[in-house]
Amino acid sequence: MTDSKAALKAFRGEVAAWMAENVPADPGFLLPLTFLEVGTEQQLDFLREWQHQLWSAGYLGMHWPTEYGGQGADPAYQFIVDKELSRHNAPIIFNTIGLNWVGPLLLDMGTEEEKAQYVKNILSAEEIWCQGFSEPDHGSDLGAVQTRAVKEGDEYVVNGSKIWTTLGNYADHMILLARTNPAAERKYDGLSFFLSPMKVAGIEAHPIRKVTGEYGFNQTFFTDARIPASCLMGEEGGGWKVAMKTLEYERGVTAGQASGHWGVTIQIDDMINELRALEQDGEALLSDPIVRDDLVGFMMEAKALSLSARRMSVSALNTDYPMGLALSVKYRGTEYERRMKQYTASKQGARSALYVGDADAVRGGFWQRAYFSNFGATIGGGTTQVQANIIAEHVLGLPK
Amino acid sequence: MFSYPQNLAISLTEEQGMLLDVARGFVRDQAPIEAVRAQLETETGYESRIWQSMVEMGWTGISLPDEVGGAGMGIGSAVPVFEALGGGLLGTPLLSTTIAGQLIWRAAGEKAADWLGRLCGGQIGTIALLDHADWGVPNTGLKLDETGSLSGRKHFVADAGVTDIFVVVANENGTPVLALVERNALASDALSENVLIDLTKRAANVDFTGVTPAHVVRGDSVASALRDTLLLGALLTAAETTGAAGRCLSSITEYLKTRKQFGKLIGSYQALKHPTVDIYVGMENARSFVYHGATIVADEPLSSDAEVACRMAKVAADDVMVYAGDRAVQFHGGFGFTWECDSTLFIRRAQWAQQMYGGAIHHRKRLAALLLDNEENG
Repeated sequence: MTDSKAALKAFRGEVAAWMAENVPADPGFLLPLTFLEVGTEQQLDFLREWQHQLWSAGYLGMHWPTEYGGQGADPAYQFIVDKELSRHNAPIIFNTIGLNWVGPLLLDMGTEEEKAQYVKNILSAEEIWCQGFSEPDHGSDLGAVQTRAVKEGDEYVVNGSKIWTTLGNYADHMILLARTNPAAERKYDGLSFFLSPMKVAGIEAHPIRKVTGEYGFNQTFFTDARIPASCLMGEEGGGWKVAMKTLEYERGVTAGQASGHWGVTIQIDDMINELRALEQDGEALLSDPIVRDDLVGFMMEAKALSLSARRMSVSALNTDYPMGLALSVKYRGTEYERRMKQYTASKQGARSALYVGDADAVRGGFWQRAYFSNFGATIGGGTTQVQANIIAEHVLGLPK
Repeated sequence: MFSYPQNLAISLTEEQGMLLDVARGFVRDQAPIEAVRAQLETETGYESRIWQSMVEMGWTGISLPDEVGGAGMGIGSAVPVFEALGGGLLGTPLLSTTIAGQLIWRAAGEKAADWLGRLCGGQIGTIALLDHADWGVPNTGLKLDETGSLSGRKHFVADAGVTDIFVVVANENGTPVLALVERNALASDALSENVLIDLTKRAANVDFTGVTPAHVVRGDSVASALRDTLLLGALLTAAETTGAAGRCLSSITEYLKTRKQFGKLIGSYQALKHPTVDIYVGMENARSFVYHGATIVADEPLSSDAEVACRMAKVAADDVMVYAGDRAVQFHGGFGFTWECDSTLFIRRAQWAQQMYGGAIHHRKRLAALLLDNEENG
């Protein structure tokens, strides 16, 4: 179903009007830049209420089925909402693991009971989700997961530890990958996938402080934690397949995510407007020929990213390396943003040394914080270096 | 508030798509790298049968209008052709002839139909621009005096050795004019060939002193035609360079997939793999700029968006080609250092291309002014 351009345009107007009325004002305390950095109860309560408000207005999970809290609309509608959220500098929609990974996964592979039990509460922010895949000794190598789940009657007893558990200290549920059969011939066949409760005895999430000084992820410890056997999703020993499907949603390879507004978007215009107001050597910073040349470089990168994104749909210009542009989006985009934020943070004279909390900091230390926060993008979901290997091997055909 | 003017139009017409396929097929079948190599040290640098085929396929007239004998597809249609030619490192005077045609057409229009018709029909044209080495000055030092005679030299005139029609940028009482000069009007010792770094290309210094041009194009349109033509020269060179960078990339990846050292294919080493990925990404960026340019340039005077597109395309293509050519030699090891290895062709092309129609700094300086100083953006 593709709705007419006129209908979408009218919808955009309706959404913009709603945003103008309802996007909350600055709460007077620091809000997280991305869903990876929700670190205080105050932030959590604020974001939960904001997400609930957006969903109640019918603007979240618009393309999800109505029986599970969605609107049954074309995905184009959610796309418009996301654009408008960004344009209005709205606070982020933070229940991302639920909205973008678990929700689509359940709608795709879940049972009727699972869908009915979980999906609506993801949208309404009544229940927060986290992910238990990575372990302290096994970052990206998920096949090596060691956390044990042993069946005892109608429960599983879980022991082990997970790391980088975003929202783990606030979450109601976790998608948990655990080893149910250490004796399986293939290590992948010993893994099972659980929709585990978090608020049970024996599960503790310990917040980890980040380079930004903020929190957001955790190390989660399981000590004889008993979870209902009904939490198992799919078959025992069939966890690998479900985990791989989850990663497709996480990496955006498969569509169905409820909201793209999981982080504050920073455009090249923001950078240049910031720098335009600054001085150096008693003159406008933007009169410095070296700075001007650097900015041309950034503007070219920004434009190349946008043009290449558009070129993906011009099929005759994608025949040499058919998947190349798509597989290099993260590699190009996240590194560009990291350098752009670092650059802006470094051009503020003595104020470059100030951080969030100092009254004199340029835009409250926004650029310094955004620069550090950006490592979440260049490391999380496969580091830049791993992305380069992926491009080398899958696009250019170089050997492993 | 600053708002970065973002014209992001990028598309490929059916005609452009066909031209890309046909031109790539032509290079593959008619001008494989061995054929190009065979011409490196010949006088003209190309086979006349190759040129004749290009003329027969209509490439000399694709971007000129019907009224003057062209195909009326617009200058954007030349982009895929030059990308394909660059992919084969195939020289030929097509770039010079196309640029000469644009300059005459933009300055004189249908009034110069005869001259343009000759170019469409396969006569070779070129612009004689540079007073010396600087692309960033008006280059109108050569004089057309009151007796109708030229005095002065032009440097680095592309394909001068085979040119039939020279479009000479000159000044008449301080005003820029275009003097159209027939080859047979030149003195027998007027040309001195340059020793170019890229052996697939040819150029010469030309002394026009004492020559009476066959025709002079005057008027306000000359200055704007010249400005636009130099931008289009940058765009078409960028297209050719992007094609060359793509070919250079595949020569690197082929070697990395087959060459073994220390018992491993060298392509498995990240020290070679990751720079190769950066060449790939740079090539794709350049390609996006080049086809963005192809989408928005037109017969009309170029918009500021088109100017931005041409300049960015040139910068992006130069940057990646210089890097790719340099790394191609290095990554081929001892073999890369030899004449036999195609990397030597790529590194030489890179050095040639990066200065044509102005180097990266020339364009970046102008981009800074266009993008950061525009009142509407400020």
